[in-house]
Amino acid sequence: MSIMKLTATTAAIALMTTAAAARDNVQVAGSSTVLPYAAIVAEVFGENFDFPTPVVESGGSSAGLKRFCEGVGENTIDIANASRAIKSSEVEACAAAGVTDIIEVRIGYDGIVFASDINGNAFAFTPEDWYKALANEHFIDGALVPNTFTSWNEVNADFPDQPIQAFIPGTKHGTREVFEEKVILAGCEEGGFFQAMLDAGVDEDTAEGKCMAIRTDGRSVDIDGDYTETLARIEADTNGIGVFGLAFYENNTDKLQVATMSDVVPTTDSIAAGDYPVSRPLYFYIKAAHIGVIPGVKEFAEFFVSDDIAGPDGPLAEYGLVSDPELAKVQDTVSGEVVMGSGS
Amino acid sequence: MKTSLLAADARTKKRNAAEARFKAYGFAAIIVAMLALLILLTSVLGNGMSSFRQTYIALDVALPEEKLDKSGVRDLSVMSKVTTIGYAPILRNALLDALAAQGIETELSNKDIGNMISKEAAATVRNKVLANPDLVGQTVSFDVLASGRIDGYFKGRVTMESAALDGNTSPEALMIAQALADAGVMETKFNWNFFVWPDASDQRPEAAGLGVAILGSLYMMIVVLVLALPIGVASSIYLEEFAPKNRWTDLIEVNISNLAAVPSIVYGILGLAIFINFMEFNQSSPLVGGLVLTLMTLPTIIISTRAALKSVPPSIRDAALGVGASKMQSVFHHVLPLAAPGILTGTIIGLAQALGETAPLLLIGMVAFVREYPAAYTPESGLFGEASTALPVQVFNWTQRSDPAFVERASGAIITLLVFLLIMNAVAIYLRRRFERRW
Repeated sequence: MSIMKLTATTAAIALMTTAAAARDNVQVAGSSTVLPYAAIVAEVFGENFDFPTPVVESGGSSAGLKRFCEGVGENTIDIANASRAIKSSEVEACAAAGVTDIIEVRIGYDGIVFASDINGNAFAFTPEDWYKALANEHFIDGALVPNTFTSWNEVNADFPDQPIQAFIPGTKHGTREVFEEKVILAGCEEGGFFQAMLDAGVDEDTAEGKCMAIRTDGRSVDIDGDYTETLARIEADTNGIGVFGLAFYENNTDKLQVATMSDVVPTTDSIAAGDYPVSRPLYFYIKAAHIGVIPGVKEFAEFFVSDDIAGPDGPLAEYGLVSDPELAKVQDTVSGEVVMGSGS
Repeated sequence: MKTSLLAADARTKKRNAAEARFKAYGFAAIIVAMLALLILLTSVLGNGMSSFRQTYIALDVALPEEKLDKSGVRDLSVMSKVTTIGYAPILRNALLDALAAQGIETELSNKDIGNMISKEAAATVRNKVLANPDLVGQTVSFDVLASGRIDGYFKGRVTMESAALDGNTSPEALMIAQALADAGVMETKFNWNFFVWPDASDQRPEAAGLGVAILGSLYMMIVVLVLALPIGVASSIYLEEFAPKNRWTDLIEVNISNLAAVPSIVYGILGLAIFINFMEFNQSSPLVGGLVLTLMTLPTIIISTRAALKSVPPSIRDAALGVGASKMQSVFHHVLPLAAPGILTGTIIGLAQALGETAPLLLIGMVAFVREYPAAYTPESGLFGEASTALPVQVFNWTQRSDPAFVERASGAIITLLVFLLIMNAVAIYLRRRFERRW
């Protein structure tokens, strides 16, 4: 019965491996926006240190933080990348699973840009334009009426007669939240629509919700994939305007032209100076309990935020990250292993 | 009314016309299918063939002692303090020297000239120096990678027009590249490293390879083969030859057929819950990937094995039993060898299916950026316990990268995957032709 023997042996071997499952590489998971940066750092870290190259997974900020909060131990990840700050509910979930000491590291800022086909019309947007173009309903004369704009020149007389077609990140992306808050809601407030709703007796939460509701008649298309999909959609429909990360745009400047926002051209400089309005901080979170257990966790984190890497002349800035003006403070946080909530 | 046999009557004509129409439909269907295949292949081959070639620059690199080993004692622990960031200017100087030697003049800044060399090159040189510290102080010849944009120029992906708009390169850089190529310093040649090197980050598409992915896929196929084949064959033999036909075996049979149709991602969820969270196997490891794919492939193997066993005529079994063989002897001496070609074909098809599967691997952490080659066995992480990716996962990863050079890489990976699948299917066909018996 050689077949049976073989099966029994393999099953036994498989079980034996359970007993000794230790790992010597750092495991990182989370935001797909942070992924390229983490991969760049992991690569340089692996070739310059004696530690193995960290394994970096994507999957989104929420999914990454969820796995981060599964508990402490070798079969859980060490670092979670996030394109937004950790929520208090997530901190609680972490604490419930025994992950109490979390180090928050801000690596820099990411710009969100609006870009269209290189051969198309140039645009100079304001948040108000985007609100008018994409809101589901407009508040006109005390009542909400469906958005009927179909062309950009109806939104703003300065714009060319180009059909409105926007490709925006789907709701599973962290970028969508930033887009809604910093563009659509900001536009709603700037244009006075938010105040008008409040004056008409709508309560604040409802008004905010109405402001951020995006039209669903096909003028705005949610892209659930990544920026490469948005780019493909724009190449297929040259009237389209897409939402991209600054780094993606900078790698595809031969196909895309970027629109200004409130007359500011998005560059790493204008974002660092705070002139360009649509940006957000990027983070990663370290499980303090894994420092000293999994080799290289702290070294990787320190290397990540070092001046050589995350500084304004480092490879991350070159790739499109807006480096953090307070990088020195971040470095202190990492080297001092300052955990969240310790009053720093 | 009498009609000639030679002249068809109305009904015959109608029937003939219907037949002709049906043949035309069938032919049209084939044409559509062939066209779809042709479009797919042209797009993949058109995009991907260039990934098998890569542009290299032959540089004589001076390795100055004052930069690489200030102490001068060749102590590795001190020398390794000089990072790849420190090696980059050395390579840039080497390229500047090469330009001067060829008499190529340019207005390009030194930084932009340095960017023509891949960031991977610094690591190549550093590893070589650390492996052989005596090289410090000498001038050594290296074949280093050119950056992705320069490589793209020689493959027709980057043009002077697109470079003018591109922030990462410039027409001047391409002109230098052309001059270097004319002088024979820069050369685009066959790229074995594509199959050997591990994945690379978004900043160095030119260095990205399939090494880790191929190893990971290989390990997983070994796990699948070693587990799915014996389990699948043993359960089919039992069900087909020994098990009583009752409601329980009917129930099992229905369930196996249903399992074959379960979406593969479900097995990923199962794998995460059982193998990683409960049994605590390593995440991202080919062992877990292989186990998940085994579960996915088992129904396919069981169904095809049972079909192969069924196709062996009962007279073979009856003859064996008639001359006094036991049931087991009749199965193992006569039925199984005759069914073997069918079983092997089914197994290979199952393996091919598993090889191309991405969805379940998403959930067990194999869709990742992995640069370390996974070892088959280490005492710490066990058998196939080190993190790795797989071929289809690498395709998925590369299509998400922002640098356009990864489009070519992704298509190249697809071609490689297709070649593997083609080989496996060819083996299956060969085995069937070679050993199949007909009655």
